[in-house]
Amino acid sequence: MPALPQGAPLSWYLILSGILFALGVAGFLFRRNIITVFMSIELMLNAVNLSFIAFSYKLGQNDGHIFSFFVMVVAAAEAAVGLAIILTVFKNRQTLEIDEVSSLKN
Amino acid sequence: MDAILFLIFAAFAVACAVNLVLQKHPISSALSLVGVMGSLAVLYLLLGGEFIAMAQLIVYAGAIMVLFIFVIMLLNAGSETRAKRHLWASYAGIPMIAAMIAIAAYIVQHALPPTEEVRFGAFQHGNAYDIGEKLFKVYVLPFEVTSILVLVAILGAIVLARKEVS
Repeated sequence: MPALPQGAPLSWYLILSGILFALGVAGFLFRRNIITVFMSIELMLNAVNLSFIAFSYKLGQNDGHIFSFFVMVVAAAEAAVGLAIILTVFKNRQTLEIDEVSSLKN
Repeated sequence: MDAILFLIFAAFAVACAVNLVLQKHPISSALSLVGVMGSLAVLYLLLGGEFIAMAQLIVYAGAIMVLFIFVIMLLNAGSETRAKRHLWASYAGIPMIAAMIAIAAYIVQHALPPTEEVRFGAFQHGNAYDIGEKLFKVYVLPFEVTSILVLVAILGAIVLARKEVS
């Protein structure tokens, strides 16, 4: 087994970001509760933020930090609107299952 | 030392993310997501992003997750029923995710030139002073547009969630 490097290589951060993004996609596809689907989207946004910060370290500039700051702001706005939509859906249909909200399908 | 810290918190983040996907109850998923965000904040600190690590803890793990948990409590969301999936989806899904991660890891490790090691303290532009200077000098127009976006989002949330008066 090779000796552990002093600091983790930058590629490890990118691979971790990819793993978290794939898990977010899995949650988005497999879960049926609309709130959990929404949380999977937040997980994907976090994974992308990690690669922004990692590339920012590589380039020696803090533009990536600004981008992930904007991602956070947009995620906050999205959470506010999305959770309001979830509240309205629940008020009208008494369900949180995404498969049962299908009136636009036919 | 930095590598050990990275491995600990990366393993914690991945474990919490797997737990998020596997748990049946939304509250368990929400708490796992808080764990992911907390460990990601530590990784941001390792990469030199002091400001963004604190913003991650305050905005994401604080404000947004409180909103999620508040809605889960408000709707009294129970655990979800398992759907009957297609046979091939339940058997091929996890291997396909693993294959996707493996291919992405292989590409990052081998197709890109070897990357240098991340040392804590090597990146010095992540503090609030430098971020603020960049934000208000270079990115001032997107920042102002963001304020309109947040305002519209607040108005939209109020309009969507208010009680119908008829």
